[in-house]
Amino acid sequence: MQAYLAEYLPILIFLGIAVGLAAIIVLASMVIAPQHPEREKLSAYECGFEPFDDTRGRFDVRFYLVAILFIIFDLEVAFLFPWAVSLGEIGMFGFWSMIVFLIVLTVGFVYEWKKGGLEWE
Amino acid sequence: MILAQLVFYLLAFVTVAAAVMVIAARNPVHSVLFLILAFFNSAGLFILLGAEFIGMLLVVVYVGAVAVLFLFVVMMLDINFVQLREGFLQYLPVGALVGLILLVELALVFGSIAMEPALGGAAVSATEAGVTNTEAIGRLLYTDYFYLFQAAGIILLVAMIGAMTLTMRHRPDARRQDIGRQVRRRPGETLEVRKVPPRTGI
Repeated sequence: MQAYLAEYLPILIFLGIAVGLAAIIVLASMVIAPQHPEREKLSAYECGFEPFDDTRGRFDVRFYLVAILFIIFDLEVAFLFPWAVSLGEIGMFGFWSMIVFLIVLTVGFVYEWKKGGLEWE
Repeated sequence: MILAQLVFYLLAFVTVAAAVMVIAARNPVHSVLFLILAFFNSAGLFILLGAEFIGMLLVVVYVGAVAVLFLFVVMMLDINFVQLREGFLQYLPVGALVGLILLVELALVFGSIAMEPALGGAAVSATEAGVTNTEAIGRLLYTDYFYLFQAAGIILLVAMIGAMTLTMRHRPDARRQDIGRQVRRRPGETLEVRKVPPRTGI
């Protein structure tokens, strides 16, 4: 456990440096740069005229479809990692179990390809 | 080891603080960003526990994909969030009740371990010595838990088909790419050279 956690020490140091550097950059620009805040300066700039409405526009639902298909294939790949690491020990059964899993997901992949879910219009 | 404890308290504190900010932030997009921070810190907690693979999955799947999905949902719904927030406090009794039940359950667990130390068992290591966490999962998941693994595949397939049927709309007026038709097109079908005499139209 001790040696395992020691392997993550460089990542911890890296995270510390990243957070510290980000804080320094933001704070230094707040402290050093001259600040003369004014209402017009702070408001959102939209080509000179007053903003018509909220900047949060509605997205097309197709973005959602792409994101959800991404998650599904992301999970499929996540299942591949432990399989690849332990392939030497789980034998032919483990190998074919993954192949069946991949075939099931390939059925879905072919379905969405043929339905045109991956096409953008 | 003291460093590990310090890191635990730092991660746990940031996780709880970010979780509070998720429901306290006024802007829903900020809520999602705080949720990403909470996910990231819980990944750190998992790594501290020795569950390396789950920690990495949390970063890849939750921070990488689920957070994007949440952002899309927040952006897609055209809801006035200030209006939505007005009746927020009336759910407080129900939330407090759920929290109280969880607190009592946790107190029972820890209380029983304190009274009867044998119940807690020996400190459980995530893996045997010399085997990495990912390898330990791989040894069990594809052979011992074959049916559950295949069920996971079928659930993913159902999710895929469900997402397709719910969100696919064919718009007939949209101009799609059809490579075959585009390549087959000849200039003669669309272009024509005409002689136009002066001062007359076509």
